[in-house]
Amino acid sequence: MRHKLMTVAEVVAELRSGMTIGIGGWGSRRKPMSLVRAMCRSDLTGMTIVSYGGPDVGMLLAAGKVRKLVYGFVSLDSIPLEPHFRAARQSGAMEVAEYDEGMLQWGLYAASCRLPFLPTRAGLGSDVPVVNPGLRTVRSPYDDGEELLAMPAVNLDAALIHASRSDAYGNAQFLGPDPYFDDLFCMAASRAYVSCEQVLPTAELTTSGPVQTLRIQRWMVSGVVEAPRGAHFTSCDPDYGRDEEFQRAYASAAADAVAWSEFRSAYLDLDEAGYQAAVAARRAKATDASRA
Amino acid sequence: MRAVPSAASEAEVCAVACAEAWRGDGEILASPIGLIPAIGARLARATFEPDLLLTDGEALLGQGTWAIGGQPEVIEGWLPYRAIFDLIYNGKRHVMMSPSQIDAYGNVNISAIGDFRQPKAALLGVRGAPGNTVNHPVSYWVPRHTPRAFAARVDMVSGVGYDRAIAGQPWARYHELRRVVSNLAVLDFAGQDHRMRLVSVHPWVTVDQVRAATGFELEVPADVPATREPSAAELELIRSVIDPGGRRDSEVGP
Repeated sequence: MRHKLMTVAEVVAELRSGMTIGIGGWGSRRKPMSLVRAMCRSDLTGMTIVSYGGPDVGMLLAAGKVRKLVYGFVSLDSIPLEPHFRAARQSGAMEVAEYDEGMLQWGLYAASCRLPFLPTRAGLGSDVPVVNPGLRTVRSPYDDGEELLAMPAVNLDAALIHASRSDAYGNAQFLGPDPYFDDLFCMAASRAYVSCEQVLPTAELTTSGPVQTLRIQRWMVSGVVEAPRGAHFTSCDPDYGRDEEFQRAYASAAADAVAWSEFRSAYLDLDEAGYQAAVAARRAKATDASRA
Repeated sequence: MRAVPSAASEAEVCAVACAEAWRGDGEILASPIGLIPAIGARLARATFEPDLLLTDGEALLGQGTWAIGGQPEVIEGWLPYRAIFDLIYNGKRHVMMSPSQIDAYGNVNISAIGDFRQPKAALLGVRGAPGNTVNHPVSYWVPRHTPRAFAARVDMVSGVGYDRAIAGQPWARYHELRRVVSNLAVLDFAGQDHRMRLVSVHPWVTVDQVRAATGFELEVPADVPATREPSAAELELIRSVIDPGGRRDSEVGP
């Protein structure tokens, strides 16, 4: 069996400007941030990003990578509003498709099933069809004749997710409480890339967690990247929680151009090893300060 | 500012008014968004609505009564995000959300203030509000009752109000806005044509204050009672069990 181990750089090299990229996780939880950081450093442009959005969206917006955003919300969870997202929305420069969260799930599921749409009541009566004038309704062909919203498939060129563990073939495992919609993102995509905390031999996956945690299967996956702390600063339970202190620093830097430029050169203009080293140094300094 | 002396704080009266939203709901998921609704939902289950289901705010259903910021001792189920959508479509849920704007028919906005294409203020996004409001009961908590929050018109209808639900749409059979609790009053939609109606004013508030803080014509009955005071047992639960850290007073208070 062919292994699929790749580096972060090799994954980003397979992406192209203008692609539609789905990003797994939820808000500021278990985001494939090492892959997002590498996208920010790349020369990719004009991307369409599909996400239950958190700092993944914010950082790609700040790096000028996003032409269109498809989302139900963008939030940092413990900080409700994402500052880069707010700035991008308020500039009016970004094209958006804002959907009900359940509509977005349906769109990903339709793409997963290779269906053109799935019917739902979510969105009817609201202004979601007003701000997305391409949405259509469909009438039930049965006796009820109910008119429903036809949520179109959200087809992805590529999906990026972060898992707790994986083997080299793309059998990936979630050890935290919520798989979010990561399997739908993978199945909705032509190619799916999984970063993970640790790559294990396949036989060890059923000792590291019950078989029900093996949510992602190798038929869904094109590439596997071992990226310890790759979700930082978002949470990756149970390996680590959200780095709230770092997230606050990110959010406050985002509110000011000079502060953001300093934050970017301190953390984001580095490769992944440099980023993790800078974060570790910051944590060590904070620990020393609290002891002093 | 309180006109009537009371043993309960403003936040405690509000939390009990939120709890009352779930009265009679039985075995459904209570989904409180925000601190005061969370205190209310836990209080409702600990007292008059014992069959409610509650999550830990993440993916677990918990039994018992646990503190804000704490964890349930007994886990009774697994409810990751996607299962919440299954539950929404099944109708077995009553959510209390916090809108930035709400109008007389209960249309709410959590998406964007101003023009949607280039908003003056971008908010969260519609989240689950469109689907929630056409699938199961919804209530609202507004911590600051102002004419801007209780607006004549909302800029982006994220959650659906009664004026859009009564025109014979099939989904209207699942649409129900239960109540609105603010820092000043309790309101519902039992007014003419399902317009917002004043149900009670909190003990420190006058009817005129509520009218002045509302950006549309509010239906006001001849007799408006005061919102009920928490019982001694409810106060004990809030203060000792649910919010011993006193975080409630940072959200509502003088």
